[in-house]
Order: sequence, then structure tokens, then C-alpha cells
Amino acid sequence: MPSKRSTAAASPAASPSPSTTATTTTTAAAAASTPKLSSGPKTLSTNSSAFEIAQHVWQQYLTSTPQRTKMLDAFMGFLALIGAVQFLYCVLAGNYPFNAFLSGFSASVGQFVLTASLRMQTTNGGSGSGSASSGKTAAKGKSGGKFMNESGEEGISHERAFADFVFGSLILHFFCINFIN
Amino acid sequence: MADSPVDALLKGSSGRTTRGMLRIIILAIIAAAAVSSRLFSVIRFESIIHEFDPWFNFRATKYLVQHGFHSFWDWFDDRTWHPLGRVTGGTLYPGLMVTSGVIYHILRFLTIPVDIRNICVLLAPAFSGLTAFAMYLLTCEMTVSPSAGLLAAAFMGITPGYISRSVAGSYDNEAIAIFLLVFTFYLWIKAVKNGSIMWGALTALFYGYMVSAWGGYVFITNLIPLHVFVLLCMGRYSPRLYISYTTWYALGTLASMQIPFVGFLPIRNSDHMSALGIFGLIQLVAFAEFVRGFIPGKQFQRLLTTMIILVAAVAFLGLVVLSASGVIAPWSGRFYSLWDTGYAKIHIPIIASVSEHQPTAWPAFFFDLNFLIWLFPAGVYMCFRELHDEHVFVIIYSVLASYFAGVMVRLMLTLTPIVCVAAAVALSTIIDTYVLTTPGPLPRAKSSAESSSDGLRSTRGAVVGITSYVSKAMITVSVAIYLLLFVAHCTWVTSNAYSSPSVVLASRLPDGSQFIIDDYREAYYWLRQNTPENAKIMSWWDYGYQIGGMADRPTLVDNNTWNNTHIATVGKAMSSREEVSYPILRQHDVDYVLVVFGGLLGYSGDDINKFLWMVRIAEGIWPDEVKERDYFTARGEYRVDDEAAPAMRNSLMYKMSYHNYHNLFQPGQAMDRVRGSRLPAEGPQLSTLEEAYTSENWIIRIYKVKDLDNLGRSHNNAVAFDRGQKRKRATKRKGPRVLRTE
Repeated sequence: MPSKRSTAAASPAASPSPSTTATTTTTAAAAASTPKLSSGPKTLSTNSSAFEIAQHVWQQYLTSTPQRTKMLDAFMGFLALIGAVQFLYCVLAGNYPFNAFLSGFSASVGQFVLTASLRMQTTNGGSGSGSASSGKTAAKGKSGGKFMNESGEEGISHERAFADFVFGSLILHFFCINFIN
Repeated sequence: MADSPVDALLKGSSGRTTRGMLRIIILAIIAAAAVSSRLFSVIRFESIIHEFDPWFNFRATKYLVQHGFHSFWDWFDDRTWHPLGRVTGGTLYPGLMVTSGVIYHILRFLTIPVDIRNICVLLAPAFSGLTAFAMYLLTCEMTVSPSAGLLAAAFMGITPGYISRSVAGSYDNEAIAIFLLVFTFYLWIKAVKNGSIMWGALTALFYGYMVSAWGGYVFITNLIPLHVFVLLCMGRYSPRLYISYTTWYALGTLASMQIPFVGFLPIRNSDHMSALGIFGLIQLVAFAEFVRGFIPGKQFQRLLTTMIILVAAVAFLGLVVLSASGVIAPWSGRFYSLWDTGYAKIHIPIIASVSEHQPTAWPAFFFDLNFLIWLFPAGVYMCFRELHDEHVFVIIYSVLASYFAGVMVRLMLTLTPIVCVAAAVALSTIIDTYVLTTPGPLPRAKSSAESSSDGLRSTRGAVVGITSYVSKAMITVSVAIYLLLFVAHCTWVTSNAYSSPSVVLASRLPDGSQFIIDDYREAYYWLRQNTPENAKIMSWWDYGYQIGGMADRPTLVDNNTWNNTHIATVGKAMSSREEVSYPILRQHDVDYVLVVFGGLLGYSGDDINKFLWMVRIAEGIWPDEVKERDYFTARGEYRVDDEAAPAMRNSLMYKMSYHNYHNLFQPGQAMDRVRGSRLPAEGPQLSTLEEAYTSENWIIRIYKVKDLDNLGRSHNNAVAFDRGQKRKRATKRKGPRVLRTE
């Protein structure tokens, strides 16, 4: 199912630019080229191809992500789409109102990274941790002890994270509206 | 401010209010010391704006206060760069003016009527107090030792490297920019530590403020991405880093683009590309981390680094291609001159001609930083020992800033904060190690407070036990002596080197009393009173802002050196013969020409000493008409006396400087006290200009450009005709004089 594969590449990446899609395949190919790597769970065998790995990632993502995080991801995908459309328009149809293009584009990029930050804070916060966050902390491994504020970071509550998010978004959109002319 | 350092301080079980109070009092005293040590110039001279650039800022502030913000934003200034004018509102960093405008209106609102000039004069000292506080916060993030923050604040408050740009009256962008620099870095460290959007957004806001205040914001723009990049390469990616960096970049870039002068630079200019590149990179890394959550593997670290290298290479290639194809503006000239110190001298004489762009002399480091400079490496070493994220920042900052400070004198300013941090860390470690448990001699009131507050700390830190009282006493006494010497040095440097307004000069009479030389203001006031409102004044660009500010007359060029050709035109007019210069003066509607001449007083910063720069800049545009070599004698000497090169003696600048000068002396005795040379007995003859005014000590000489002759003769002929009556007498006079000398 090639359609599923392409979504797998795009949506969890929620890439800001089309280049990331290319990187996904790079990652996957590199992962496939190092056979030791796939000591992972069930379906992933040692010599699985890039396609299989991507599919595996997609399945993992579907099963392990809580609903709220998926909504954030959908929002991020939407923002990435908007950003890409604006960028395409700029490339194809010229960048005449450059201020407007810039503020529109940076609004979507800025909102994207803010949402990504919110997602990180809420998934790492403890409650909504799927295999994603646990795997992340496990993978961090040796360097984890060095971060003094690892505990402090987990101390950020979901409400605080959301308030920060709103604060950041307000500033972002104020600047954008001011810049759009 | 309920920040974590303050929190940490309040955590103690007993006497915590006392300690908190002490800290606040000490900080207040440091701020007071920082402010008061900058007031030398006000006390010694008066409340006056200093130097060159501050005069423009002052003029712009007055305009802002008078006409309101919107007309300031759209300000087209037709009184500078005649006949071009300057879109001032779009080509300045408005942060400084807006800050003082806001303060002015707040004070007015509180019904405190303060003159805008006093706000401008005292803005820099006031902000230096804030800088000391920001320094305290920044240093407290770096180390657990509570004394380090206070030490750093004290250092920052009085170190000459910072005072040099922030004495009362030096109303320049740096006055608020250093505070913003330090505070932005504090917020950045805070953001990296906490990984919250709020701190990142605050960093971005203060970064935006910084962008609006000083062109040096590029330093932050490159330093923060570099910090992130190094952390990434060290394998220290964390969501905190992603959150703080992306928030900072997305918001900060937008904020910086709000300033008209910066405009689209953040996406066009190569200076800003590293930040964009790191932004893309961290997205990739974050995505990789995200994927890693699903495919756990030991090889991932290697994969990640390969990916980083690959993408960095691709991005670098892309940058090179884009730069080469001209999509991205090339690096600005000032930036090139940072990497290649010889670059400016060859390609852009105008940048090289500015004295603050010269490379730093080695003694300047000691002069500006005193004993901090040798504590600095020790502090950096301490950072290496701990090496958390924030210590990496200190290390990168210190390496970069040391290099830049070596390249350009004015960038000493960016080095100073990090030197203060590092030195404070080093010194506080020494104090903690040696003084901690002793009730014995204490270095200073400040450190006594620190060590008393350290009493509880000793149980917690792994402090190396120094028990011998002899070594304790020795170290304590030597530290105390160094600190006292530092204070004495700072006070001395501030009062002697950095407190001169340079608009008003001071000298000492033989009996020790002070003698004020006020020629600049005298001459500018003469211009203001005796010339028509729209008389165009030509002078070398150094004096453009002062003429605009003090004399309120249009100028041809000023210190905002945006148009090299126009400056070169002035340079050509100054360095050519009268016959060449006069048409240039006429074409530019020049009414008066102003030169600065220090020969009588021995004032070395005069135009004859700057003359070679005029020649060089003019030569850059008209290499056929002006040649630097012609202004030297056959033996390559730069002389003004009998043996001066013909081009030199015929140049307008030479003629204006020495016009009638020989009449002050006995025949043949005319001396130039700056160059220490005897001038020719016969003074230069001016035919197209006439002397209009010469100030008391001859520092400023103003010449009026003659109108075209009534009878259509050339000026030379007219003057010759006027002299014609006297020619016989002149020859007669000449005869005996020759005899007399023989």
C-alpha cells in the first residue's frame, strides 16, 4: 500500500519543508543498511527493507499515540501543508507582496514549532507517554544523567505548557499581523 | 523578580530574610556604584552629550519627542547628506530613542518635568545599573556559588571595558544594548535549562528589543545557533533545546523583521543564515529523535551524526551556491573585516578609517579589564570542569568574543560581560575554597556577606579543605588587595580616560587649575547665530552629527557613513587644488566649509592628521585625480612644513588649516604644535574661500565659499587684481626680507 507509506513519511514527520520527506527515506535506508539496528519489537526483522521499517513506524505510531496527541499531530500536518502551499505559491507565482508572504509563511512555521514544543512538553510530561517517550528516555541513556533539569522539565504541568503555548502564539500572531502590512 | 537564584537563596532554614535583604542591598549598592562612577563627566564638565554619534541620537530623540512616534518612523531628513537627504526613520536603530522617549513620557505623566537632554545624558548610567543586575542573574545560572553572581555584578558595574561606552552623556546605542545583550543571554540560558516556551518567547522579545537597539545583535544571532550546534554535536539534543531554540528563532526572527532597517535581512543576509540553518537542522534532529522512539537501536547515535554531517554539508553547499548566485546578499563589509583584518584597509577605506574599527592593542585588554583578564582563562577552565549546557555557552562565547575583541577595539564591549562572568566564577571558587569556613579576615564587605551566607553551603559542596590559617590569610589578603587595586584602577581609568566629552576639552594650567577649551560649541553656536537657516556646511564626516545637533545646519556628510561616494566627494574637495574644489563646492550648494585645526593648541585629533583618510577615500573613487602618493614628499614623509609635497600645499585642506596662521607668529617662526614642525614663512593664499570665523583657540575654522565674481573674472584673477595694488609693496617687502635672512 504505497499510499499509506507516503502518509507515514509525511505525517509523523509533520515536516516544515518538503526536504524532510527525502530525509525520511534517507533515515530509513540508512537504518536498513545497518542490520544490527533492528533489534526492535515483533514485526521488524533484522533485514527488513526501508519500506517495512516505515510501515512499522507508522503502525507503532497509530497504536501507541494517545488521541489528544494525534490531534496535535493533525494540526501540525495541517500547518505544514499550509506552509508548503504558501511556499509553492511563492515559488510559482512570484513573491510580490513579500511582507505578506513572509508573515504568512512564518506564522505557519512558528505555529508549527510552537505546537511541536507543546507536543513534546505534554507527551514528556508523564501521563500520555506511549512507547515514543519511553523509547526516547531510554535512548537518551548515558547522557540523561547529565541534564540537571530533566526533572525540572517534567515538572512543567500540562496547564503550564498550554499557557506557555498560548503566550507564544499570541506574540507570534501579533508580530505577524504587524508585519503583514 | 522571583527567579531561581532568589528562590535558592530563600530556601535556607535560618536567617533567610537577612540573607535576602543583604543580597538586595548589595545589588542596590553595586548599581549605585555603577551609576555614580559614570558621573565623573557630569561633575567635571556639565550635563552634555558626548562625542559624535550621540549627537545624532540626541537630535533624533528630540525629533521623536516633538513630533511623535509615527512621524519619527517616517522621518525623511533633508538636513543631512545634502542634496540627497536620508531616510532616517528607516535607517536607524530606533530602540535607544524610543526608550528615552518612553521614559520621558512616563516622567511627564508622573508630573516630573525633566528635560529630554538630561534623560539622554543619564540613560547610559541608569542602564549600567540594570546591566549589573542582569549580570547577577546570568552568573547565578552558571554556578551554584552564591558569591559569583554578586562578584560578577560588581565587576560588570565598574569595569572600564564597559564604562568606556556608558559614561553619562555617551548616549549611544551601546548604552542600552549591553544590558539587552546580557539579559537576552540570561533568558536564553534560562530557556535552555527549563525548556519552556515562555522563556524562549521572552528571549525572543528581548532579542527583538536588542535588534531595535544595536547592530551588534548579529552577535546574538550567531552565538545562540552556534551554542545549539555545539550541543547537538556533543549529542546533547533534548526537547528542551528544541523548544527553546525553535521558539526563539521563530519569534525572534519575526521580531527582528519589524525594524525597518533590518527588514528582510534575516532571510537574505548571510550573517543570519547560520540561525536559519540550525533551525532546519534541529527540526531534522527532532524528527530523528521522534523516529528513534519507534526503532530503538544502538547504531542510532552513529546514524544521527552521519545525518547531521550530511545535512550540514548539503546546507553549506546550498549556502555557497545561493551566495554565489546572488540570491542571498553577500557578507557585509564589516563582517569580512572581522575575519580578514586586512580586508577593510584594502577594499573599504571608510571602514578602516574609523578609529574604533582598528585592531586592539594588547595593553588595552589589561587597561580595560585589569585583573579580570587573567582570571578569565581560569573561569573558562572551571566551566570545562562542569560542562553543562550553560557552561558550553560560556566557553563558546568567550572564544568568539576574545577573537572579535582582538580584531576590533569596539568589540571589547562584547567581551567584557563574559570576562566578568568567568572571572567571577574563578574568584568565587577561590573564595569559597579558602575563606568559606574561616571567621578570620574578609576581603570586602561584599564577600563577607557572601561567606556568611555560605556557612550552610559548606555542608553540601565537596569543598576542598584548606585548614591552615596561614594559607587562608595569605589568599584572603591577596584577593582583597587585588580587588582593591581593581577598584582603584577602574576609578582612575574612568576619571582619566573615559570621562571626557570630547566636545569640551580640558587641560591643566601650570598652577594645576582646570582650563576648559570650548571651541567646538563656540564655533557651532556662531554658525547657529550668524548663518542663514539653510546654509550648507561642508566638513569631514566626523563633525556632521555635531553640526546637525549643535549648529542645526544642513551638512553634506555625517557619521552615518552610508554613502561612500558622497564622502569621497567631500574628500576630493578637501584634497584637491582650489580650481578643482570650487566647482565641487558650487555644485553641492556649499555655503560654509568647516575644518578642525589643532596646530595652535597641540590638539592631535584635527583634520590635517585625518587628511590621509580623506585622500585615500577620494582615491578609491577617483584614482586618476587623487593619488595618495602625491601627498608625501619624495622620501615618503608626511610633512606640512617647507618641504611639504606640492599636492599637499595646494590642497584646500592645507590652505584652510594654515590660512593666516603665520600672522600669529613672528615672521618665519610659525610653529605647528601637533606636527611639531616649523611652517613656511609665506602662508597659503586662498582665493575661492574667505575666512568667516575662527574660534578662540583656532580649533575650528569656518570659511565662507565666495560667490561668483561680479565681473565674471575667475577668483584667482580677482584676488590677484585685489593684490595687484599691493604687489609692488609686496615685492618690496620681499626684497628686504631676503636680504635680512641673508
